[in-house]
This record gives sequence, structure tokens and C-alpha cells, in this order.
Amino acid sequence: MVEFLKDLWSFMKARRKWWLIPVILVVLLIGALIIFAESSAVGSFIYTLF
Amino acid sequence: MKILGISAYYHDAAAAVIENGEILAAAQEEWFTRKKHDPSFPAGAVKWCLNYTGFSIEELDAVAFYDKPFLKFERLLETYYSYAPKGIASFVRSMPVWVKEKLFLKDNLKRGLKQIQPGIRNIPKLLFPEHHLSHAASAYYPSSFEEAAILTVDGVGEWATASICHGKGHRIEILKELRFPHSLGLLYSAFTYFLGFRVNSGEYKLMGLAPYGNPEDEETRIFVEKIKSNLVDIKPDGSIWLNQAWFSYAVGLRMIKEQKWAQLFGMPRRAPDALLDQRYCNLALAIQQVTEEVVLKMAQTARQLTGSPNICLAGGVALNCVANGKLEKSGLFERIWIQPAAGDAGGALGAAFAAQHIYFDQPRPVLSEHDQMKGAYTGPEFADLEIEMVARKYKMPTHRYPSEQALVERVAGLLADGNVVGWFQGRQEFGPRALGSRSILGDARNPEMQRKLNLKIKFRESFRPFAPSVLSEDANDFFDLEPASPYMLLVAQVKEDHCRNLPEGYNDLPLKEKLDVRRSDIPAVTHVDFSARVQTVHQDTNPLYHHLLQAFKRLTGYGLLVNTSFNVRGEPIVCTPEDAVRCFIRTDMDFLAIGNFIFDKKELTDNIQVLQARAVTFQPD
Repeated sequence: MVEFLKDLWSFMKARRKWWLIPVILVVLLIGALIIFAESSAVGSFIYTLF
Repeated sequence: MKILGISAYYHDAAAAVIENGEILAAAQEEWFTRKKHDPSFPAGAVKWCLNYTGFSIEELDAVAFYDKPFLKFERLLETYYSYAPKGIASFVRSMPVWVKEKLFLKDNLKRGLKQIQPGIRNIPKLLFPEHHLSHAASAYYPSSFEEAAILTVDGVGEWATASICHGKGHRIEILKELRFPHSLGLLYSAFTYFLGFRVNSGEYKLMGLAPYGNPEDEETRIFVEKIKSNLVDIKPDGSIWLNQAWFSYAVGLRMIKEQKWAQLFGMPRRAPDALLDQRYCNLALAIQQVTEEVVLKMAQTARQLTGSPNICLAGGVALNCVANGKLEKSGLFERIWIQPAAGDAGGALGAAFAAQHIYFDQPRPVLSEHDQMKGAYTGPEFADLEIEMVARKYKMPTHRYPSEQALVERVAGLLADGNVVGWFQGRQEFGPRALGSRSILGDARNPEMQRKLNLKIKFRESFRPFAPSVLSEDANDFFDLEPASPYMLLVAQVKEDHCRNLPEGYNDLPLKEKLDVRRSDIPAVTHVDFSARVQTVHQDTNPLYHHLLQAFKRLTGYGLLVNTSFNVRGEPIVCTPEDAVRCFIRTDMDFLAIGNFIFDKKELTDNIQVLQARAVTFQPD
């Protein structure tokens, strides 16, 4: 994960599209939630969250 | 310097190993998993490439992946952002895949490599050349040119959908790019979808259907007009602008807005199994003509920008051999070379070359008059013992021929008698075309051959044409073709002295009746517009196949055969002797020649293995 974040930071520096940072963060969060939602163990948690 | 190239996660996953700029091995994952266009991490292909070359992963100087995942993710986010709130359904579907898998590509690659070689301590450097740079590298570095224009055209990579580059020495300079969502490949795929074929695999069928369109019909002209005035604006330099009001592929779950297209062309999207009437054929011809116009304009711009007399092509659109043939005929370039694995599989090779020559700044090996692809015969081959073991498993009586000469004489005789022969010899061909290593062969003079091959052996649509393999020295006797076409990537016209006069009103005949007209003395490989997708066979790249054609010529006077890939509808080309035997059992193929062995269908007995092989049903392709 550390390497991923480093690579992502280098990419953002090279591309200089800083406005994408919040979009990427939200996508990562939502994506993570969707993946968790696939598992029934956390289903109820997701359900109450939304 | 040893480099492993990988393409994966979209379609046609593959692996390739090069050493000091020489291709040692290249293989497609679908050969090993038996899933057509398999996109998954190419564990089987990587493993085979490493086994074949004897390299361990730790010995490699780098592993190169054929595109940049972050850049692709940036394109996706920006596209969704600009279309929001449209595209939410597609967004919700695609993001988990990215967050779970594609964004962490580096980790996935490392994990995949560790599974191939458990206990490995040091993973080599991972490199990520851009998608179109990988295509450009796959087209330029294996060519025999010291300097060339490079044109790459496909659906989409990261942002680029087409590029013009200049290759000089061991450097490639990107000169011009066309960017998403404006894409010639996606335009062609959109029509593939509207005509009822599957996107990413049916484009070849669309190209085969186009010649059934009537070029003299007013409807064809109107279709071209409608395409150009509504869907695509073609600029003089070959760049295009696609009117997104007609397409859904940017953020939708389909290629096009079907209802709008139905209104525009006056017919609904063709259902996949519906009959092909003349209107659909005319529409196929119209989009083929538009595609050729764009490719020629792009090539013209490439010529202007580079001043080079040579051009190299790659990317999925470079598999459009009709457009390639027109480019060759146009005389824009003195020499043209097309990467045989022009699609994404070839990206593995290109990524490895890009690492070698661009990242590590290594010079190219000394060039010869031949290209570096070794005839594209870069895949696995099998020893006699393995063939005998398969024969024993399926209880097949074996006939072993003591010499190559005896084998080719026998197979030539079988072909001349009208038999269909499976021909499995030597190293497998890298790329989508069978080039005489994993081929099904027949006599091109036989008027029933096209129908027999399509319906009883390949189990595919009867309209689909077959390609000829011809002795390179005889190619000019049959076809209007100047350069060599060893990779079956150029379409040429059958020479007039081999053609027959057409009945009056031929162009107005329906598709099925057109098929029945005997157009030449090699009807099985003469398409309805007298074109043929030619493979020239050369003594130095495939001597055995060349000998077979010579033997057939001695018997018949024709150094030419029908050559179609050794597979059935919906399946990848066979890889192992067992794949070949299973395919042989399930179809009406008459004989199978593997290595020095020939198997006769009539001698097959109904044992359990044979019955199991026969019971497998065919998947739609």
C-alpha cells in the first residue's frame, strides 16, 4: 500500500492534475465500501450506513 | 539483457521474452487456458516463455507491462466527471474492479510472478510503457527498417486512440496522437455491435461481410453520407471527431444509442443470429470504406511528418487487411510492415522492446533484409513422444512417416483428393492468424470447400471467406500483390486470368446466391469481390509448409492451398497435440497430420475418450 501511495503521488506530481485528488479519494472510499458490501458479514453495517 | 513483456487485464493476454533485442518466445494466454481472448494474468504464457528460454524471473533485467494503469484510471475519472450524473451505472460497475484489482497492478504483477516461481526473493524492475508506445515498439523494432513512420490505431489505450510516431535507429518519437473518445477502432466496433457481432472479436466478421455490400447501390452511398455527416467528422490530416450524441461507450454499458441509429439507417440493430440481408451488407461496406479513407489520410499525414518511405503498422485496426491492402496499393510508402500480432497480444512484445531500446537505451541488433519476427513462429512445439502418448490415450492407429518428404507427399495427395487435413507442425504462430503451424488445409480449387469448411468443420457463418497460402515465388501468378505478405495481413485482387466472367446482375444477387457463383479457378479463396487475404509462404521461415505447397503443386499445378486456423467457432487456436486431436474428433476433418504422424478419421473407434471429446458443445464466438 505504501508503494502504491508513493506511485500515486509521483503520478499526481507528474500530471499536475491536483483537482483529481479528492475525486480519487472519494472513489477509493466508495469502491472500498462496494467491495465490502459484497461480503455478507459487513452487509448490515453498509445497510445502516446508507 | 533479458526482458519479459506482459499484456493482460483487457483482452488477449500474452507474454514475450526477448534477449538483447531478439525475440526468443512469445505466447498467448488463451492457448493455455482454452478461453478465447482470455484477459487474465498470463500465468501459463509467462511460465511457458520462461521454461522455453530457461530464464528464471530473477535473471530478468525487467518486466514490462504494456500500458500505464494510473493514466488509464485518470482517463476514466475525467470521463465520468465530465459526463456526470450520466454513467452512474457503468461507474458503479467498473470502479470496484479498479479499486480491487487494476489500480494495484504492480502488486498483482508481483503476486502473479511469485506464484509462477514460489520463493523468489527479488522481483525485477517493473516498467509501464504507454499502450500506444508498446504498439509502436511492436511494429518498429522487429521490422527490418532502420528508419520508418509508425502508425498505431486501435480502440483506446490510456488516452490515445491512434498515434503517429517516427522510428529512427533505436529511438521512437511520438509526433501526433488522437485522443479518447474520438477513436477509429471504437467507431468500427460500434458498427460491429450494430451489425449483430460481438465487440472485440466480431470486427473481423464485419470486414468479411463488407464485400457482400453492393458498391454500385445508391443505398451504400447514402450510408457513407449519413456516417460522415452525423457520426464522424473526418479532418484532412486523418484525425476524426466522433459526435458523442450517437454513442454510449464513453460512460455507458453499450456501444451506441440503438434507437437513434435505427432511425438514422432505417433498420434496427441486427440480432446476433438473424439473417444477413443486403441492407446490413451495404452498411458494412459503407463503414469499411470510411475506415479505409481515415487510415489512408492518417498514413498520408505520417508520410508528411516523417518524410520516411517506410511505414510500420500496429494496433487492432492494423488487422484490417483490406485497409492495409489499399494502403499498400496507394503507393504512399515504398515499404510497409505490419506487426502480425497487431492487437493487444503484440503489446507484450512491444512493451519488452520499449524497455530494451527506450528505457535501457540499448541499440537494435544488426538488421537484415528479413524482419525479426521469425515468421511469427514463437510459440510451443512438441516432440514425437508427446504425440504418440496422445494417440495412445485416444486409441488412434498411428501412421508414422520416416521423412519429411514422405509426409508432405502423402498430405499433398490427400489434399488433392479433396480431403480436409489438420496440419499441426513446429512452433505455434503468435497472433490471430494461423500461418501453417496450426492450420486446417484444403484444396482451393474445390468449389465446395468454402461451404464444407465453414459449416462442417469450423461451425461458423457460411459467408465468411477463407484465405490462401501460396508459394512466395508463385504469388504474382495468382494475385495482384507486389510485396511479400507472410502474415496474411494484406488483401489483394485475384489476377484476371484466374477469374471467371460474372453473370449479369451479380451485384444485385442476395448474399447466399452470390456465394454460389464460381468466381475463379480457386473459388474457395476468392471472395465475392475477387479479393483474397494472401499469405505468402517462404522457404526460409517455414520450410516444411513450403515443401508441402511444392508437393501439392507437383500434383495439381497449383502452389496454393486454403489455410484456416486450427480451431472451431468460439475456441482459441489449438496449442497442444491433445487440443488438436480433440478438435479433429469433434469436426468433419478427414485427416490430421501432427509432426511425422498422420491420423485417419475413418480409423477412429468409439472409445470413452473419443465419445467425451465429441460430447463438448460449441460456444458462440
